[in-house]
Amino acid sequence: MHIPDGYLGPQTYIPLAGAFVAITAVAVRKVKNEVSARNIPYLGMAAAFSFIIMMFNLPVPGGTTGHAVGSAVIAILFGPWAAMIAVSVALIIQALIFGDGGITAIGANCFNMAVFMPFAAYYIFRLFSNNPAKKGKVFFAAFISGYLSLVMAAILTAVEFGIQPLIASSGGGKALYCPYDLSIAVPAMAIEHLLIFGIVEGIITAFIVRYFLRNEPGLIYVFRKESENE
Amino acid sequence: MFSEKKVKMNKLQKKILIILLLLCIITPIGILLPMFFNAGDAWGEWSAQTVNDLVGYVPEGLAKYSDVWKAPLPDYTVDSKDTSIVHQSGYYIVSGIIGATATYGIMLLISKLIIRNGR
Repeated sequence: MHIPDGYLGPQTYIPLAGAFVAITAVAVRKVKNEVSARNIPYLGMAAAFSFIIMMFNLPVPGGTTGHAVGSAVIAILFGPWAAMIAVSVALIIQALIFGDGGITAIGANCFNMAVFMPFAAYYIFRLFSNNPAKKGKVFFAAFISGYLSLVMAAILTAVEFGIQPLIASSGGGKALYCPYDLSIAVPAMAIEHLLIFGIVEGIITAFIVRYFLRNEPGLIYVFRKESENE
Repeated sequence: MFSEKKVKMNKLQKKILIILLLLCIITPIGILLPMFFNAGDAWGEWSAQTVNDLVGYVPEGLAKYSDVWKAPLPDYTVDSKDTSIVHQSGYYIVSGIIGATATYGIMLLISKLIIRNGR
């Protein structure tokens, strides 16, 4: 899901970079007051976890590869704003040091995996679970949250790919950037994430949330937020 | 300057750090599994050459931008031409440890700089 350089034209990557910078400014303000200083070590680990989990490329046999991102579990445990910053750090390091994801596409990749995905995951989780005492429901909600948020982020990425031929083409109908349109990009990315990568994201999310619920329940952001709202 | 919120790790945090290190060590699964199942690039992450093979031409913008950045460790390896699976696994582990450590350190620094909630 790491868009490389040259697949998005400036009409796409510049607005997404702008949106990412603006949202980062809000995230810094939110995290400043919302997140307890006691959780600082966890945030470092969460970012590192996201980095590492994205290295586990999983195959579609005979086809492409993909991976989980970790944004869902980080959003549930530490809040979507903290997740946004943590996963952005991982993505920017991947682009700068390892060439995984383009430099021009940093804003787009961060927007998809570090902004859209944790927020989608967080609200999907809250739709299905608001009571930490109902452990089975928490497990299920965490799975669905990881599964759907990754699939949705993949579809968003596919839309960014797929609109390129509509926005810019040179003479002779040749694309300037990503050559595949929506009718190819969206099904290709949706199906592989629905069938394989989303399930892995869901399982990771469910088991880690369950582990924290057993060992450090007071830390879980989504439930602290619920009790503050009551 | 961070003295008022010195970070001390608890047992669970130490345990997680060890798990993260173990995960780094098994990252080569991420190159071996795709190899075993004959799976290639992620969708939309092809090189300009592969795009040429797929659609019969290299889009102009793609040709122009695809090499705009020279990463120090492209594709999590020091030598992409090295055909030894053992070497590549080693490079992958080292890349994982470098990347995860950098990510961890930078996120800690950012968190310490911005978090003002002492609770």
